[in-house]
Amino acid sequence: MTTAIAYETSDPRIGPGAHLRHVGALTRRNLMRIKADPESILDAVLVPIILTVLFSYVFGGAVSGDQHTYIQYMIPGLLGTTGLNLAMAVGTGLNSDFQTGVMDRFRTLPIGRASVLLSKIAAETLRCLLSFTILIGFAMVLGLEIKTDPLQLLAAVGLSLLFGMSVVWISMLLGMSLRSAQAVQGVSMMVMMPLQFGSSIFAPTNSMPGWLQSFTHYNPLSALADACRALINGQGAVAHPVTVVLLWSVAITAVTAPLAVARFRRRA
Amino acid sequence: MTRIDIAPSDRGPRSGNAVEVRGIVKHYGETKALDGVDLTVRQGTVLGVLGPNGAGKTTLVRVLSTLVKPDAGTAYVGGYDVLRQPRQLRRTIGLTGQYASVDELLSGYENLYLIGRLLDLPAKEAKARATELLERFSLTEAAKRPAKTYSGGMRRRLDLAASMIGRPRVLYLDEPTTGLDPRTRNEVWDEVQRMVAEGSTVLLTTQYMEEAEQLAHGLTVIDRGRVIASGGVSELKTQVGGRTLHVTPAHTAELPEMARCLHEAGLTAATVSEDAGVLTVQLADDEQLTTVVGVLGTRSFGIASIDTKLPSLDEVFLAITAKPAVTAAPTPAKETVA
Ligand SMILES: Nc1ncnc2c1ncn2[C@@H]1O[C@H](COP(=O)(O)OP(=O)(O)OP(=O)(O)O)[C@@H](O)[C@H]1O
Ligand SMILES: [Mg+2]
Repeated sequence: MTTAIAYETSDPRIGPGAHLRHVGALTRRNLMRIKADPESILDAVLVPIILTVLFSYVFGGAVSGDQHTYIQYMIPGLLGTTGLNLAMAVGTGLNSDFQTGVMDRFRTLPIGRASVLLSKIAAETLRCLLSFTILIGFAMVLGLEIKTDPLQLLAAVGLSLLFGMSVVWISMLLGMSLRSAQAVQGVSMMVMMPLQFGSSIFAPTNSMPGWLQSFTHYNPLSALADACRALINGQGAVAHPVTVVLLWSVAITAVTAPLAVARFRRRA
Repeated sequence: MTRIDIAPSDRGPRSGNAVEVRGIVKHYGETKALDGVDLTVRQGTVLGVLGPNGAGKTTLVRVLSTLVKPDAGTAYVGGYDVLRQPRQLRRTIGLTGQYASVDELLSGYENLYLIGRLLDLPAKEAKARATELLERFSLTEAAKRPAKTYSGGMRRRLDLAASMIGRPRVLYLDEPTTGLDPRTRNEVWDEVQRMVAEGSTVLLTTQYMEEAEQLAHGLTVIDRGRVIASGGVSELKTQVGGRTLHVTPAHTAELPEMARCLHEAGLTAATVSEDAGVLTVQLADDEQLTTVVGVLGTRSFGIASIDTKLPSLDEVFLAITAKPAVTAAPTPAKETVA
């Protein structure tokens, strides 16, 4: 046997144009899934309404003395909570996706390994924006005033969205690392509860015990709540909390996104 | 794109082979799902992979689809290395897994359209291809319905259609017709044959001998992660002993006499089961069948029923695993008759 044979040894990467098209097609799929199962978007619609009603009427009087003052205090903080709630639910959905075989199909297609996860982020962004719009709109009916300007309101929404999307990566990583959807839900709750309540979202932190104050001080949700409050109510420093949230979002994404992407291919 | 010329070696793919697997190993803890599998599929042919439950068929298909990373060994598909050129390889293959992998919430059409787009077909072409395949798999009427309303067979068909969207050069079908009714099974077979006629290579796992016979040019039997036999369909069947003839006499008492006559005529493979009241003959060729009928007819034995059976997958499989014993064993017929 002396005949030489020729074969390719290269494995060209998927170009940016193709990448965009794949993410687009997969995002379309995610949106069509919502359309086919409208109940799946109920949380995005109802959570902000329920939280607003619950907290302004139940705790409003006790914390701030009157409901109007509390709405003005709490709603900007609820932006962060709403984003977090939606973000942490993504992993559960991803976990069930993996149990159906659809992911096997995607993983045998010549698409970038981040495409499926990025399409989740894209669909989640739209869900989050819908939820934020409902939250602000409903709160304005109840008496929330935008004391700054629309641009700063947009900045608050953008910041909450950015933080939420960084948390989506954590949630997706959990969703692909844990065995069952229930486990994902359980762990998500364990992460979310202390983060939300050990923050300045619902109540000023100066009434809390010292150890809790140190926790809330470093809790990114506190910074997010403070930033949104400054951007919507026009009170307090803006630059510091905004910087803290930006740093947290970038750090969380930088650590968890590559892990999640690697996990996507490896999960058997 | 780098193109390099090398002399044929163990590492490179040999031209003419669409799939080349060498010493693939995959262990799950103690379980040796694949324990050094070698196989090749020639371009444009169908290889049937047979084996009992847990043999490692699905694991093999998953390794060849880049879903599972092997612990050792090399595999080339369409000339691409499973480990080093996964992206190129994915452009070459289509997979219908053992379990349906359609999106339940999307309609049949949307499922296919999505895959077309992910395979870089322009929107118009993806649309046309989806419509065409829905038609071919008799799903046009259900095209707009969400897949969760489909029956098991319809899902399976949609899954098959999905694996064919990109006209893959190499198609893996993991038990593609399990759970399908006979008509649908024929449709699937037709479609596979059509793909092969268009130049595709197919690796098919199955539990049905009939399916392997219909479609496969070559067979590979695996068990406990190892290849235990391979060859052409007829080759393998002769190895196993061809057809089996069963004769049920009208009077069970005549069984020993029938067997004696057949032995005298040179059919030493005739055995008797008095309990079941059946005479069994392993047929080496068609002439032997003529001999049996002739012998039994001239002696005017009363015959209640007579039929021949091809070896079932079980028989082929059992015979192959017990092969040394089968070829070496002297016929036990004499003792039975005596
Ligand atoms: N992800 C996994 N984790 C642990 N064990 C596995 C895994 N996948 C397969 N196995 C084991 O590997 C062996 C081979 O499994 P495989 O699914 O390849 O068999 P198969 O030939 O396809 O069987 P069947 O005919 O039932 O589909 C089995 O013993 C199975 O339990
Ligand atoms: Mg299997």
